[in-house]
Amino acid sequence: MPGYELTNIFAPETTPARSIVDLSILVLSITGLIFLVVFSLLVYVIVKFRSRPVTAAREPAQVYGSTQIELAWTIIPVLIVVVLFVATARVIHAVQDAPQPATAVEVTVIGHQFWWEYRYPALGIVTANELHIPVSPVDQPRPTFMRLLSADTDHSFWIPQLAGKTDLIPNRINTMWMDPHRTGVFVGQCAQYCGIQHAKMLQRVSVDSAEDFDAWVRAQQQPAVRDDAVAGGRRVFETTACINCHAVGGTPANGRFGPDLTHLMSRATIASGAAANTTDNLRLWLENPDAIKPGSLMPAMKLSDRDLDALVGYMESLR
Amino acid sequence: MSSDAIAMHLPQAERRTLVETLHDWATTVDHKRIGLLYIGYALLFLVVAGIEALIIRIQLMYPHNDFVGPQVFNRMFTMHGTTMIFFFAMPILFGFGNYLVPLMIGARDMAFPRLNAFSFWLSAFGGFLLYFSFLGGSGLYGAGSAPDVGWWAYAPLTARAFSPGSSTDYWTIAVLVSGFGSIGTAVNLIATILCMRCPGMTLGRMPLLAWLYLTMSGLALIGITPLSAAQIMLLVDRYLGGHFFDTQAGGSAPLWMHFFWIFGHPEVYILVIPAFAFMSEIIPVFSRKPIFGYPVMVAATVCIAFVSMSVWAHHMFTIGMNSYANSFFAITTMAVGVPTGIKIFNWLGTMWGGRIQFKTPMLFSIAFLFQFLIAGLTGIIQAAVPFDWQLSLSYFVVAHFHYVIVGGILFAIFAAFYYWYPKVTGRLLSERLGKVHFWLFVLGFHLTFDVMHVPGLLGMPRRIYTYEPGRGWDTLNLLVSIGAFVQAVGLLVFVANLIVSYWKGKRAGNDPWDAWTLEWSVSSPPPAYNFATVPTVASRRPLWDLKHPEDPDSRYE
Repeated sequence: MPGYELTNIFAPETTPARSIVDLSILVLSITGLIFLVVFSLLVYVIVKFRSRPVTAAREPAQVYGSTQIELAWTIIPVLIVVVLFVATARVIHAVQDAPQPATAVEVTVIGHQFWWEYRYPALGIVTANELHIPVSPVDQPRPTFMRLLSADTDHSFWIPQLAGKTDLIPNRINTMWMDPHRTGVFVGQCAQYCGIQHAKMLQRVSVDSAEDFDAWVRAQQQPAVRDDAVAGGRRVFETTACINCHAVGGTPANGRFGPDLTHLMSRATIASGAAANTTDNLRLWLENPDAIKPGSLMPAMKLSDRDLDALVGYMESLR
Repeated sequence: MSSDAIAMHLPQAERRTLVETLHDWATTVDHKRIGLLYIGYALLFLVVAGIEALIIRIQLMYPHNDFVGPQVFNRMFTMHGTTMIFFFAMPILFGFGNYLVPLMIGARDMAFPRLNAFSFWLSAFGGFLLYFSFLGGSGLYGAGSAPDVGWWAYAPLTARAFSPGSSTDYWTIAVLVSGFGSIGTAVNLIATILCMRCPGMTLGRMPLLAWLYLTMSGLALIGITPLSAAQIMLLVDRYLGGHFFDTQAGGSAPLWMHFFWIFGHPEVYILVIPAFAFMSEIIPVFSRKPIFGYPVMVAATVCIAFVSMSVWAHHMFTIGMNSYANSFFAITTMAVGVPTGIKIFNWLGTMWGGRIQFKTPMLFSIAFLFQFLIAGLTGIIQAAVPFDWQLSLSYFVVAHFHYVIVGGILFAIFAAFYYWYPKVTGRLLSERLGKVHFWLFVLGFHLTFDVMHVPGLLGMPRRIYTYEPGRGWDTLNLLVSIGAFVQAVGLLVFVANLIVSYWKGKRAGNDPWDAWTLEWSVSSPPPAYNFATVPTVASRRPLWDLKHPEDPDSRYE
C-alpha cells in the first residue's frame, strides 16, 4: 500500500500520543535501571559464588535471612511504585478527561465486521474506512473528538502515531481525541479480535491542511455524481441486492450494513484497506470478494461479465 | 525417622499383563501415579499445542503468506492458548503437586485419593472434548470446527449470531469440566497440606513448595469459579434465551470481560506460584544454602495471592473505563510487583555466599531468574496505563506473557523435571543432553520472544492471520518464527532425554543432589506407601539435621 509511514509508537504526532511517549521514557528508564541493577547482581553472584573444587567439600555459611535487607528491598520498590503511579495517574487524567473545545471536529466511528463507518454529524457526512481530519496546529487547536460505537462485536481503533487505542464495544459509547500537529497519512488497523477478517480491517487517516480538509468536506457533502454514461451500471446496482447493504447519496440506495459508496473513488483503498482502489481490484472484489478478503461479509453477487463491467463503470463514476 | 527407607522386601510380584497394567493405571488412586498421569497427559498436549504454535509461526513468516487461511489460523491461536493454559500448564503443575506434596510433608497419600483420581479424569476428559471439536464442532449448521473465538472467548463474538455451530460450546464445556477437576485437586491439596503433615512439621517448618501449593490452591478455588459461572451464563445465552452477554438484546460485553479476567489474572498466578515453588526448592540445594528469608517468602506469596485478585482489569485498560478505575487498577498492578520482586531478591540472596553448582536444574533456574525479571518488568511497564493504550492488544503483550509462561514457568518446569526425575524413576537424566536442551531452548526462546516485542512497538496487533508488507514487520516475524523451530528442536532433545535416560540413565539412589527435604529420604522410586515409618521432623530441613548432627537447623529456628 502506498504513501504512509511506519506505525512506530515512538513517533507521536499528537498531544495524547506525545504524552504517552513522555511517560514511557520515565517508565522505561526506571525499569531499565532496575533491570541493570538486578542483572548485574545475578551475574556477580554466579561468577563470585560458583563452586570450585577447592571449596566444594565444605558447605558454606548457612545464612537464613536478614530483616534489614528485607526491609530495604521492600521499601525501595514501594517508593518506586509511588513515583510511577503518580506519573501514570497524571497522564491518564490529562488524556481521558480532556475537555472538548468548541473548535473540535466531531466524528462518530462505528465498527463493523470488517470495516469502519465514519460519520461527521455536524457536517452531514457519512463515509467509510478512510478518515480525513484537519491538522491541529499548536497555536490554533482544532482537535478531532470521536465517539466510538460498534454495530456488532468488539473492535479497537488504533493509529499508533495519533493516539493510544480505544475499543469499540457494542451497547457502549467510548470517546477519544486526536490533535495531529502536521499533515500526512497515518495507518493502523483494528486491534481487538472481531472475527474471521480481523486482520484486514485496516485503517487509513489523512490529516489534511485546513484548506484541503474544507475541500474534502465540501466534496463529501455533495450527492453522488450522476453520470448518464454509466446508467446501465447504476441500473444493475439499484436492481440487484446492492442497495440492501450500501448507500449512495441522492439515489434510492440507502443500505447501512455495508460502507457508504457515495464517494468511493475519493478513497485510496477498498475493502477497508485490503486492496488498492484500482479497476482490476474493484472488478475482482465485486466478482469474488473471498479472493481479496476471504470470509468478509460481502457476498459474491454472481453477475454476468457484462453486468459486472457495467457495475465497475458505475462504481468508478462515484467520485 | 530413618534416612534410608526401610525397604520392605515383598515376594517378587508376578509380571503384570498389559491389560492388567493399563487397568492399574486407569483405576489408581495413588497420588504418585495420578501425578504421573497428569504429567504425561500434559506433555502430550504440550506437543499438540506446540504444533499449533508452529503452524501460526509458519503462516506469519512472510506477509500475505497462504500456508493456512484465516479460518484455520483463528482456530490455531484459539486452540494453542486454550490448550497450553488448561491442558498443559495446569495439569502439569497439579501433577507435580500431586506427586511431591505428600512426600515432602511426610504423608502417605493425599487427603482424598478417590477425589484425586476423579479430578484427573475429569480434566483429562475436558482435553479430549476440546479436541473432539475438530470433528464435531459443525453441529447442526455445518458451520465451525474447533473454536475460533480466542482463548478469552470475548462476548459478543461468542453469541450464536456471530459463532454459529457448536465450536464455541466445545470450548465452553471442555474448559468448564476441566475447571471442576482443578477445583477438586485444589481442595485435595489444601486438605492434605493442612491436615496431613507429619509430626513435628508445623506450618512454619513445611517446605516452601507446600506453602506455595497451598496458596495456589486457595487462589484456584477463588479464581476458577467466576469463569465457571460465566461459562454457564454463556450457555444460557446460547441455548436458553438468556441475554447476559448478548449485546444485540441489551446484554453487556464488558460483563464477560470482568468475569473472565477475575479468573484470568489469578489464573496466571496459579501457574506461576508453583514455578516459584520449584525455584524455592532447587536454588537452595544447588547453592548449598537454605532459602534466604523463609518467612518473608511465605508472606510475599500470600501477599501476591491477595493482591492478584485486585488487578484483573489491567487486561481491560482499552475498553473505556473511566480515569478513576484505570488509576485503581494501575496502582494495584504496580503494587503486585513489590512482593514479586522481593522473591527474586530472596533467591539472589540464597545464591549469595553459596557454592553454586551448575547442574542442569540450576541452569534452568538461573535462566528463570533472568527471564522472569524481564517479564515482570515488562508487566510493570504495561501498568503505566497510557503506555498500555499503545502496547495492549499488540505483539508486545504476546511477547510479555510468553516471557512469563515460557521463559519463567516452562523453564522452572524443566528445572523441576531434571531435579525430580531421579526420584520418580531412579535414574538421572543425562547432563549432556540436558545442556544441549538448555542452550537450544535459551537460544530459541530469546530469538523468538526478545524480537517479538518490536513488532508490537511498531503497531502490529495480535490475532491477525496475515499482515501488509511495508509495515516494518517482515524480517522481525521471520526471526520470531525461526526461534520457534529452534525451541521445537530443544523440546525434542528433552523428550529424547526423558525416554533414553529411563533405560540408560545413571542410577540415582535416594538422594543424588544431597538435598534436605523428606522426599530424598525414601528410595527412588519411592515405595507405594511412601514411608515405612511416618517421619518426625524438628526443622525445615530434616535431612540437613541428619547429615549435620553437629549443626542442625533445629538449633537455630
